[in-house]
Amino acid sequence: MEQKKNNLSRRNFVKGSSLAAGGILLTPSLLTASPIFNKAKKLKLAVVGCGGRGTGAVSQALKADENIELVAMADAFEDRLEKAYTSLTKMFQTKKLNVKPSHKFVGFGSYKKAIDAADVVILTTPPGFRPQHFEYAISQGKHVFMEKPVATDVAGIKKVLEAAKVAKAKKLNVVVGLQRHYQSSYVETYNRIQKGDIGQIVSGQVYWNGSGVWVRPREANQTEMEYQMRNWYYFNWICGDHILEQHIHNIDVANWFIGGYPIKATGTGGREVRKGKDHGHIFDHHVVEFEYENGAIISSQCRHQPGTKHRVDESFQGTLGTSYSHGGSSAILKKYDGTKIYTHDSENDVNPYQQEHNRLFKSIRNGEVISDAENGAKSTMTAIMGRMATYSGKEITWDKAMALDHKLVPDEDTLTFDSVPPVVPDDNGNYPVPVPGKTNFI
Amino acid sequence: MKLNYSLKLVTIICIIFYTKTGHTQNFENYSQALEGEKNSIEMIAVKGGDFLMGASKNDTSRGNDEKPQHEVSVDDFWIGKYEITWEQYDAFVFGEFGPEQFKSKDKLNTLGIDAVSGATPPYVDMSFNMGKETHPAVNMTQYAAIMYCKWLTSKTGVFYRLPTEAEWEYVCKKGKTDQASDFKDIAWYNETTNEKYEKTGLKTANNLGVHDLLGNVSEWVMDQYDADYYKSSQKNNPWNKPSELYPRVVRGGSWKDTKDKLCCTARGQSKQKWKRRDPQIPKSNWWHTNAPFVGFRVVRPKTQPSKEDIKTYWLTVIEDYGLN
Repeated sequence: MEQKKNNLSRRNFVKGSSLAAGGILLTPSLLTASPIFNKAKKLKLAVVGCGGRGTGAVSQALKADENIELVAMADAFEDRLEKAYTSLTKMFQTKKLNVKPSHKFVGFGSYKKAIDAADVVILTTPPGFRPQHFEYAISQGKHVFMEKPVATDVAGIKKVLEAAKVAKAKKLNVVVGLQRHYQSSYVETYNRIQKGDIGQIVSGQVYWNGSGVWVRPREANQTEMEYQMRNWYYFNWICGDHILEQHIHNIDVANWFIGGYPIKATGTGGREVRKGKDHGHIFDHHVVEFEYENGAIISSQCRHQPGTKHRVDESFQGTLGTSYSHGGSSAILKKYDGTKIYTHDSENDVNPYQQEHNRLFKSIRNGEVISDAENGAKSTMTAIMGRMATYSGKEITWDKAMALDHKLVPDEDTLTFDSVPPVVPDDNGNYPVPVPGKTNFI
Repeated sequence: MKLNYSLKLVTIICIIFYTKTGHTQNFENYSQALEGEKNSIEMIAVKGGDFLMGASKNDTSRGNDEKPQHEVSVDDFWIGKYEITWEQYDAFVFGEFGPEQFKSKDKLNTLGIDAVSGATPPYVDMSFNMGKETHPAVNMTQYAAIMYCKWLTSKTGVFYRLPTEAEWEYVCKKGKTDQASDFKDIAWYNETTNEKYEKTGLKTANNLGVHDLLGNVSEWVMDQYDADYYKSSQKNNPWNKPSELYPRVVRGGSWKDTKDKLCCTARGQSKQKWKRRDPQIPKSNWWHTNAPFVGFRVVRPKTQPSKEDIKTYWLTVIEDYGLN
């Protein structure tokens, strides 16, 4: 709270001192205070987490605004950072790339220095570290684009919700990478459902059934921490399991269209196919039933099993009709007699990933505020609740989950590559896989 | 009697042997089996010859890139009777890639192959829930389609590749595909589909026995798209070898196109925006995220080219930084 006071008073001071303040105008919170001069102001961008998604997000940010430059990069690994930098040099002139060697920050804790150097920050590490990065960025008065999910544990969710409040108070823009909110087919569907085109939603089915993602093999001379950081997808504390990491998109659509968050969840899951030593301890399938306050029931399925039916989409049944949405192709609203109410062809829609940044920077320039963090946190929490239900095999309510003392991720500032990770393999190299009926809410 | 019987047996064995090795495949339709796979790939023999490629200058309904009409000659080849289906494509995407899966190293060497690599499995459902199994595979990049051919070659020891743009048009024209009296009988297109592709082979084949050449899904060919290429292309087996990632040629139109777009001379071109929902940089070499209307079929030249010539067909990957 002390931090917040300081920033607010500084903003007031700068606002009062007008253009003559020159260099002080770099304070991002001022941007919201004096939109007229905004176009002239060069925005400084930093990225924390330089994988393929971080690189993609930087490229979209750099395209979203004319007067912007990337000034700092941070990643746990130097090779990932350099690969991202090389890719960006192939896409952008030096005008927009201004990352001095001294502004490439590597290792645990490197996020702070990168965030300090910028007005707008992109937070695209694996999700376990997001709460700490987000909290710091907001405390320092930065606008944020952050990827989903925004946490892997309840402690992280609470941290993000708290920082979300601070961000609103400071009028900082926060865009969360739940890009369906920035995709025309979904926005149109949402608007039509709001208008009552299919009545009130009573049930739905949401899916992310696919064959899984990459596996990074263990290499000689890696510490256990480095191995887990490289092969992060398979470790709950870093990734949150695929019910968070991917399926959050579809669960979030259910929350969005219904207009609330579930009060409880039950579910089942396990690992049937993807269960080797190189697959950490996450499940390869989860099936969850979410119940909402108005009685709506959403069935959620996610699966990482090659050779099985792939399906990534959302269907809802309302009192008057149905909706079907698919990220890649279409959205269709129908009445129960089969009559089409609305069909959306997305072929010429703006890239939703680009749209996230177009909206973010427009909002910054116009002195407006986008506040995605609270929904990002609550949709992440919905997926965590689903995971708790499948790992434990027990029913879990929202209130009970939020009241848990549930912390999977250590303080990043205390970590080194020699630290012992929160989960370690047994003598045979196997990690402890959750056992429904025995495992508690983790 | 006994001798006669033995002779017959030897003859049969010889036929099996020759058919398997592929080199002496009779120039007729055949079915390419894949070891360890349920499905096989039906191939139609196409006698080469001369034809007029492109649209007549008097045909005002056709685009300038389809002109000038010019004489082209193609050699004999086989072409896939159907578009490659999901079950055929997934055998590659989700297949094993150990050396035991392929012909011997020496054999692969004669086919210009040092190594075979597989596509990254997609994160999402690339069929967009429009159907798998014998529905046509879609959303693969041209590079991925070429790597499928390389994989198929490595598995069978028989050289397969994508058709050249000229070969594709030759099959379309020679089979009188767009002269069908009612297009509804031969093609799936916007006016006749339920906003999706359909299983391969449900419509009547063209006069050569090739199905779904027009409509259903557009098909990758080997060429770089160049609107002016016809002004200078060579007569014999023309191939505009790609050097840029975009645009490359697709042919035949798809379920998304209206009937008037379906034509043997119409030239489609790939676009960067076909990867616009790929959130990563560099973007995938293997998958488009917004091309659920693009697939491919394979070709086998009657005369297997030299190792050096084959190598020119295994295009090297160009990283996609999604510049636009």
